[in-house]
Amino acid sequence: MGRPVAIVGTGQTRHGRRMDVCYPELVREAVMAAFADTGIDPEDIDGVVSGTMPSMMEGVALTHFYFADAMQAAGKPILKTETCGSTGVSIAHTAYYWVASGMADLVLAVGHEKMNEGDSQATMTTVAEPFYQRFFIAGAPGVFSMQSQMWTDRYGIAEEKLRDAAAYISVTHHDSAFDNPYAHIKIKVTMDDVKNARIITYPVRLLDVCPNSDGACAVIFASEKMAKKLGRKPAWVKGVGYRGEEYYFGDSDKAVWQSAIEAAKQAYDQAGIRNPRKELDVAEVYNPFTYQEMLFYECFGFCGFGEAPDLVLKGVFGRNGELPCDPSGGTLCTNPIGATGLIRTAEAAMQVTGKAGDHQIPGARTALAHAMGGVDQFNGIIILGSEL
Amino acid sequence: MSKEYKTIKTEIRLPYELAYGATWTRFFEGMQEKKIYGTKCSKCKRVLVPARSFCPRCFVDTDQWIEVSQVGTLTAWSYTNYRYFGQPVEPPFIGALIRLEGTDVDLLHLVGGFDLQNFDEVRRIVKNGMKVRAVWRDERKGHILDIRYFEPV
Repeated sequence: MGRPVAIVGTGQTRHGRRMDVCYPELVREAVMAAFADTGIDPEDIDGVVSGTMPSMMEGVALTHFYFADAMQAAGKPILKTETCGSTGVSIAHTAYYWVASGMADLVLAVGHEKMNEGDSQATMTTVAEPFYQRFFIAGAPGVFSMQSQMWTDRYGIAEEKLRDAAAYISVTHHDSAFDNPYAHIKIKVTMDDVKNARIITYPVRLLDVCPNSDGACAVIFASEKMAKKLGRKPAWVKGVGYRGEEYYFGDSDKAVWQSAIEAAKQAYDQAGIRNPRKELDVAEVYNPFTYQEMLFYECFGFCGFGEAPDLVLKGVFGRNGELPCDPSGGTLCTNPIGATGLIRTAEAAMQVTGKAGDHQIPGARTALAHAMGGVDQFNGIIILGSEL
Repeated sequence: MSKEYKTIKTEIRLPYELAYGATWTRFFEGMQEKKIYGTKCSKCKRVLVPARSFCPRCFVDTDQWIEVSQVGTLTAWSYTNYRYFGQPVEPPFIGALIRLEGTDVDLLHLVGGFDLQNFDEVRRIVKNGMKVRAVWRDERKGHILDIRYFEPV
């Protein structure tokens, strides 16, 4: 595990359609919030990690140079980490590795995206090469819906039950977003609204899918010495896990998704977690699609395979359930992709430090944050705890 | 009322010429002749399709070429009913994973050959595990869409 590492501060923008700021100004908003939260100045930072989904989302390449001023990165070592949808968690991992290695005491991690400025699905389609897979993946919803459909069939989940469970997730997350001051989509939806919404990529309907958001998130990672010197309640990194898979979508099983299973296992092993449903107090699962969220519950060992829809409908993963998932409203309500995994990380840190405000899970001590991406190819996990 | 801020419309157009290499070239030449080629890994014995120059798991060269069946079973599917810029296939369409007979991975392609406008009808016809068969275009260019789609057998 290297040296102990803590998250000592977080900052988020107000996420949404942010045509009131240009891209670097959006980034600065998150960075300033993180500095204010931590009580440090830019000169205290030893290094900066930044990341986005494909840079071409906004038509500017290598944005860590564009954002050098907004991140106050001049005169410091700077890294860019880019792993498609899982970028945000990978940025957190990069900052963690940097501090854990002993090569830095304070690292600023920044994730950002301005999805409304381009055509997000057209950009994402460029993740696939242009002579085979690009023709069929249909942006992110296409592949992830195919994965959900495979999972539904594998476990013989009745269509009506599945649709009810997906609608339940959508309704409860949209309700939760009202308690999150940074969330993008704040609308009241009913089970019938979700179940009867227009099909986007069957089985996914309009209210089963995340929005295009503009947003940024900044998180400050510190060594034990620095965390103690700052004297604020930190969130300690208890475990990290990441796995990638083979490139071709049809080469590996996506219903029992090995990269998700193994990434979680790696993080659990480091954190000493054997029964995640009991030992985790809250999880921020990367959930751009309601159906896929259930598949993650199973891959992360929150329940057995094929069991998630029944447990969702019993409220096991609700705000007052045994393991609350995405009390922030999650990715479903806010998705500036390059920031999203880091937002999950920030939310997990806020939960274990008691700073999550109206969506605080009372007494949360251990939290999981997650992100995934690629053509169904990557999963990353970080587990945070209130104690070293 | 919130103020409207100025925006700039911009566009990036860049030309590329990507090399297929020997393996993809042979695969696509096969498509032009209505043949689907795979390669077999000498170590794990899996038949991979489209043909690969190396096995992604064993990391050994796969030089045993096999013409594979044009019939397979449906593993997974999704009905795409939205648009994005530059979309290469006109929606609605059904993206699908298809396990061709005698192969060990799923081929990503389309399912079609019936009315795709009516989703209830689509839902009635399309079932996991159903047999599908390649339907070829008359005019073939050595392209993945030389197969128009896979239709129910």
